[in-house]
Formats: sequence, structure tokens, C-alpha cells
Amino acid sequence: MYEMTLGLEIHCELKTESKIFCGCRNEFGGEPNTHCCPVCSGFPGVMPVLNEKAVEYTVRTGLALNCEISRYSKWDRKNYFYPDLPKAWQTSQYDLPLCKGGFVEYELDGKIKTVRINRIHLEEDAGKLLHEGGVSRIDYNRSGVPLMEIVTEPDLHSEAEAVAFLDGLKSVLKYIGVSDVKMQEGSLRCDVNLSVAKPGQKLGTRTETKNLNSFSAVKRSILFEYDRQCGVLNAGGTITQETRRWDDNKSVGYSMRGKEDAHDYRYFPEPDLMPVVLSGEKIEEIRKAIPRLKKERIAIYTEKLGLPLYDARILTADKDIADLFEGTAAVFKNPKKASNYIMSEIMRKGKREGSEDVEIGVSPAALAEILTLIDSGVISLAASKDVLDAVWNGAESPLAAVERLGLRQNSDSGELESAVKEVIAANASAAEQYKAGNQKVAAFLVGQVMKATKGKSNPKLVGELIEKLLKTN
Amino acid sequence: MNNLLQMPLTEAVKAVKSKKVSAVELTRASLGRIAECKELNNFITVCAESALAAAAEADKKIALGGDPGPLAGVPVAVKDNISTKGIRTTCASKFLQNYVPPFDASVVTALRNAGASIVGKTNMDEFAMGSGSENSYFGAVKNFRERSRVAGGSSGGSANAVAACEVFAALGSDTGGSIRQPAAYCGVAGLKPTYSLVSRYGLIAFASSLDQIGPLGRTVRDCALMLDVLAFADPRDSTSVPRPQKTYSDFVPRVKGKRIGIAKEFFPDTLNADVRKRLNAAVAALEGAGAVVKETSIKSFNAALATYYVLSSAEAASNLARFDGIKYGYSDRSGDGLTDIYFKSRTGGFGDEVKRRIMTGNYVLSSGYYDAYYLKASKVRTLIKREYEDALRDCDALICPTAPSSAFKAGKKTSDHTQVYLEDVYTVPVNIAGLPALSVPCGTDGGGMPIGMQLIGKAFDEKNLFELAGAFEEITGGNADV
Repeated sequence: MYEMTLGLEIHCELKTESKIFCGCRNEFGGEPNTHCCPVCSGFPGVMPVLNEKAVEYTVRTGLALNCEISRYSKWDRKNYFYPDLPKAWQTSQYDLPLCKGGFVEYELDGKIKTVRINRIHLEEDAGKLLHEGGVSRIDYNRSGVPLMEIVTEPDLHSEAEAVAFLDGLKSVLKYIGVSDVKMQEGSLRCDVNLSVAKPGQKLGTRTETKNLNSFSAVKRSILFEYDRQCGVLNAGGTITQETRRWDDNKSVGYSMRGKEDAHDYRYFPEPDLMPVVLSGEKIEEIRKAIPRLKKERIAIYTEKLGLPLYDARILTADKDIADLFEGTAAVFKNPKKASNYIMSEIMRKGKREGSEDVEIGVSPAALAEILTLIDSGVISLAASKDVLDAVWNGAESPLAAVERLGLRQNSDSGELESAVKEVIAANASAAEQYKAGNQKVAAFLVGQVMKATKGKSNPKLVGELIEKLLKTN
Repeated sequence: MNNLLQMPLTEAVKAVKSKKVSAVELTRASLGRIAECKELNNFITVCAESALAAAAEADKKIALGGDPGPLAGVPVAVKDNISTKGIRTTCASKFLQNYVPPFDASVVTALRNAGASIVGKTNMDEFAMGSGSENSYFGAVKNFRERSRVAGGSSGGSANAVAACEVFAALGSDTGGSIRQPAAYCGVAGLKPTYSLVSRYGLIAFASSLDQIGPLGRTVRDCALMLDVLAFADPRDSTSVPRPQKTYSDFVPRVKGKRIGIAKEFFPDTLNADVRKRLNAAVAALEGAGAVVKETSIKSFNAALATYYVLSSAEAASNLARFDGIKYGYSDRSGDGLTDIYFKSRTGGFGDEVKRRIMTGNYVLSSGYYDAYYLKASKVRTLIKREYEDALRDCDALICPTAPSSAFKAGKKTSDHTQVYLEDVYTVPVNIAGLPALSVPCGTDGGGMPIGMQLIGKAFDEKNLFELAGAFEEITGGNADV
């Protein structure tokens, strides 16, 4: 039985306002070639000007991942021809990256595991080729988007570890606010280096599978490549060092180029950019600006807000959810109720088909308002779902939605009493059973009243009325 | 020729500002002279319409009592590797023969803001690679004084146009001597400023760590006035810095007490006799006027050429890789697929010298050769820089010939490439060290061809060079007269 060894290279687009070497907007999407200028489309004579925010974000990541931050780092040209690379070189960092060393802790099956980080460097993203109807076009909107590359040591040994690590890393990157980490939009991409060896033996020859853009693709490509390498070795063959691609639709990997065809990137220092020199004060300043991470937030939720650990973990799995919870709980002073509502209603509603991310369409203030409306009996829990639908990604306030949709529940006991009486009359046998001491039919009767009043009644009040009317009868 | 064209730039500006002559009149005269000198092949593109419009604008400002800017509508030329918005910028290459930049180089913006009338784009060696302005897709430049001789290169068109009084000044670029050597061959003054004093944004890069834009003029003060316009910290060029002097053109010629360094390596036994004679006479004249002459030594002198050709070719290979036949410029799509577009476009679009440099550059950067060539050259670069800085610690300027000879015969050296490379022996160390250097005329050889003297200064010490060269000009009465 062979053991697999994995090392990952993670490419992460930083969410700075502008691109790394020019003032163009850094924004996903847009009509092709609308977010570009002579600089990021590589016109003759242009020169780069560094966006310091990109350096700051990379250093912030390095600090969050326990790296050593370089006081002196520089830029290099990685030269190769490809139409999506307008200058025919990628400005990157070769021998002096911004961050070195470091580690990430992640959780798998309740155990805390560690992956060492080799380095983190900053570079520019390339454009995108669009192939349509036998014609290839180039979109430079992505060209020059700041791209951070995180390289791990070969510390992972299963597809489950790889995915759990990526999930943990993704959470950190999102918490520190450096990236959207949206794999489906390509803001997080991953290359997997994989080798197999019998336990206790030295590492085998590795292959690299490039550009995986979902957890599922990472997992499936690892399993595929592991099986392939084991198959080759079991048949008496040897593994060739090569670069591979993954076809996600067909779920197969294939060889892209062998070692002998590997690019000679002819790296040399970029003469048009000054080296990056960071002072100790600057690094400290960046460290202080790092937002609270997951671990700290779990401690606050459980210790100060009194939430169960289970809740705290679910709420902090995604920074947007955690931020929503904190914002809501700051106004609506019942954290547990807020937590319950977010874990059920918000996470159900925000879940997107085929995506690991939860989209949030409600502000903390609006959610606190909804919870207050439920709590004070103005609307029922059932009606709150309609309110949520109405305010989701919109500008209407929850209260306005309640009025517009007529969702205010009936708490007038006189009006309600007649409705309850009608239900009792129509369900005589159930009423008899109740009187005979069968409490279980109470819920049925309450349900019938709610149905008859189209959910607008206060169920607590209905229960009280049923009890009162059937006892005095 | 209209006599007005023979004025120095400084005088022309004064004449326009005092309404003795209009900027439009000067620009018309310049355009007329360019047409007259067409045979010299100094210009790749003439832009009469926009030049006259700029001149008219300056005249209008003067008429209204406003400030027409320091160049006041006076006609100047720009080397064709400096981007001009809406005016094709070819680098004298087939590859870019129809390329029209969508933006102005920062120095061009500065010229326009200074009120200059840009009359055209000058011929050069393709992508600034050469020493004779013969490597041009648009044909060779012919020396104004003797048409069978080259004008020098790569800024040959700019130097020759200034010498022939087609314009009052011109922009060149200098990576290993491309301003100073043609200035010497054409008998004009040319300055390679300190690296990072003048913005390179919009200069189509040859070797980014060595390239500098600078002026060519008929007098030292003309160069200084141009530098007043050209030197500023540009937010688009991260390597540019604020200039240390408020004004350069107000320098006072001064030689008394200035210390001049002469390195023995500058005058080998094999040096051309006329060049030696003229340089000796020039140094003697300066000494006579009160300069202190010191002997010094630059041991790395002979290592500079090899270092230069390794470093500049490496950067050129990378800088010119963007010319791939995909986005702009020459594209040959007759083949099959992407690799064929690259291969055929670059094979057909570049001239031989450019291809030689690209191949050299990729070789010295390639895995297995990097340490022996690129890395070693980078280390030698540090040594050369240090040695020049050390030599300049004890003196105000180093003086040497600009080139080992006067302008060579056209076509003579095109077959022997390394012989042409030797032309740069005095100029390349200055780019490697990032220092400023000024070439001024210092007489002629037996055949009446101009000889240039190079003054090398400390970093950002251009004003000192102007003072010294300005004094020399006074002593000799200048010999830049037509």
C-alpha cells in the first residue's frame, strides 16, 4: 500500500481596489477589456507602479500564517510567451519573497493538524483567453490583478487533509479581509504536487496538477492521480516528473508537459521596480490591523455571549456569517435566539447550489429588527420567512414589509376567540378528546386555528384560548 | 536655409517671447529645412500640422501677454522610440512601422506643456541598437557634414537634425552612448543625464536599467534649458527622483579650480592620433584656464564592454518579448497556430542586429549559463560603479574621448559587429555606473569631421558638467557652427 504525500501551491487574488501595477479597477467580471489600460495590457514604453496595498495584504497574510516577514524583498521577471501575458513576462518574486516559513493549523475529524508554509510571494495575474467558434480572444480585465502565491511544505497525506487544510486556509484569508476566496470566480486556485511511496521509504517522483478551482476538483484529482501513480508502480513502471491538467467534466487528469519541455523562465530582477523595504514599525502596524480570527471569535461567543460551542463553530465557519451574527447580537440582546435564527433561516436561504459559500442578503440591523418583531409577538416565526424574503438584497425595512404584506399577527383576543370557537365546533371529536384529558390534540387544534387565520394568529394566545374555552365548557 | 534656424535654442526662445519672430515662422522654417534635408533621412515622421498648431498656440499666448512656457513654440524633434500620442512611434523597426501609441511619454507631455512645437520623430538604429543609425527599417541616416559617413547612433537622426539646423534641439535616448556618440559625430552637444533624473515612462525600453532620455543641442546651455523641462519626479516611473537643482539653464561657466580626472586607461597607445591630439589640446586649454588636472585610473575600463553587452542584451530580450505578433505591430499569420505567429512575426519583423541581441540576451539568462554570464556581469557592474564613484571622489569630472574616432564610413562596419561594439568603449561604463555625462565638440580631425570630448560627472551633478563644458565652449568659441 502506497502512502501519498501532497504539497499545495495556492494562488489567491487579493481584493485591493486597484490592480497591482496600475490604477485600473480590480473587479471580477465586466465586459472584456473594460478594466485595462496601456500598463496592464503591456503597451510599449509603459512602466509599473506598485500598489502598496497588495504588499500590505500579503504581509498581513504572512503574519496570520505565522511567517517571517522579509525586511527586503524584490521583484523578478518570469519570462515566457503566452497571449494572456501581455508583456511576455510575469512580474513575480523569485529568490526574495515577502514572507518565508510559517504554518497553518486546521481541523480534521476533531483533531488539530499542522501544515508548514514554505513561502508566500506576490505577483500579477494574467489575462484570460476566450475560445469561441474557432476564434480565440483575449480579455485583459484580469491582467495585473494582484495574485498571492502560498506554497506549502509536503505535509499533507490524504485528499481529506488537503481539503480540510484548504478550508481552514480559506477561512483565515477571508477573516483577515485580503481576498474574497471565491473559487468559482477563480479568486482562489490551487496546484497539487503529489507523490507516492511505501511507508518509511523516501518520497517518490512528484507530478503537479495545475489550476484546480473547487474543493471537489482538488479531492477528485488527488484520488485520480494517486490511483494512477499506484497503478504505474504496481505494473512495474516508474513515475515521470510532469505537469498535468485536470478535466473536471470528465473527471480525468492528463499530462500537459514533461520535465524536458519545462519552461526556462529566465528569471532576472525587474529593473523598473524598486525593491520592497519594510521597517519593523510598518510590519507592526500591519499586524495591529489584522481583524480577529476564528479562534478568538469562538472564545468570545462561548465565554462572553454564552453560546454553546456547537453554535460558535457553525457561526464562525464563514466570516460573513460571523460578522452578521456579531452585528445582530450587538442590537438584539438575545445571542442564542440570534444564533438559532442564523443557523436555520439565514444559512438555508443563503446557501447556493454548487458553492461552498453562503450569500448574505440581509444587514445585521435588519436581522435584529426581524428578531425583535418575532420576539415582541408582532409577527410569527412562520411569517418572518416572508419578511426575510421581502428584505433580502433589497432596500425595504422589515417593518415596512410586514405592513405591506399584512403579516402583523392577530393578538386581539375577542377576534381570535370567535375563530377558536369556530375551529372547536368544526372539530368536535378532537375537542372531546382534549376534554377527556388528551393534551396532544391541543397542537392539532392550534394548527387548525393558524390555518384558518392564514398564519396571522399568535399561536401562544391561541393555545391559551383553547384551554380556556374547553375547560369552561 | 533661413538664418533664423542657426540661433541657439535659448536665443530662439527669447526671440519668440520678445515677438522678434513668431513661433509659427520658426516652425515653418524648420519644416522647410527638414524638406530640404530629406536626403539625410533624419526623420521617420514629420508632423507639420500638430507642430504648427503648437507654435500658433504659443504665439497666441504671447500676443495675449501670457506665458508660452520655457520652449515658447520653438521647433524640436523627438527620437522615434519615445511614445507620442496619435503620432506613430516606430523604433525604426518594421515591427512597429504602423504603431500609433495611445499615450504620450512623460517627457513628451513635458515638452508640450513647455510649449514646444514637436516637428517630427527622428530616425535611429532599430530599437536603439547600433552605433551608426544604419540599422533602420527606414534606411540609414547620412552625416550632414559628409554624406558618405554615418551620423552615429542610435540617436543619429536627432543629432544630425540638430547639427543641420533642422530643429533647435532634440530628444535622444542613451543606453550605452546613443546620445553622446552621435553628438560627437555630428559636432553637437549631448547629455546623458544621471539614471533616474529623467522619466522613462513612454520610452520604448531597450535595457531598462541603463536607458535614459536626454537632450541634444548646439550649445551646452541649450542642453541645460532642455533639462529644465525634462527633469522631474514622475509618478508613472517608480525609478525617477526629484531633481536636485531648481534650474540648470542659469549655470555660470566656470573652470577655475575645477578638478579634472584623466584615467590612463582612457588613452591607450592604439588611440586614434587625431582624437588624442584634440583631447590633449582641450585638457591643456582647461588647465590653462585654471582647472586642476589629476591622473587617475579605472582598472575595470576594459571589462565594461562585455558587462554592458551581457546586461543590456538580457534586458532587451525580455523587453522585446512583448512584440509577439498578437496585440499590435507586425503580425504574420500565414502559418499554422500560435507558435507560428510568434516565430514568423518575430523572424519577419525584427532586423538582424535586434535578433542578435535577443539571442544573446536569452542565452545569458538561460538555465545553466545564468551564473557564468548574467550573474557575473551584475557583480562586475557593482565593481565598475564603485570604481567610477571612487575616481570622482577626488575630482569634479572625468574627461575622455566620447568615441575612439570620428564618424566612420557608412556601410563600413555593418559587416563586423564586434568592431561596431568597440565604438561604445568610452560611453558604456557611464550607463553601467548610472552617472551623467556630456559630450561636447572639441575640434575636428584631418578630414574635417568633428571629435567629441566626454565629461563624466558625479550622480546628479549635471550642473557642474554644464559649468565646465560651458567654460570650455567659451574658450574654444564652440565649433558647432554650421
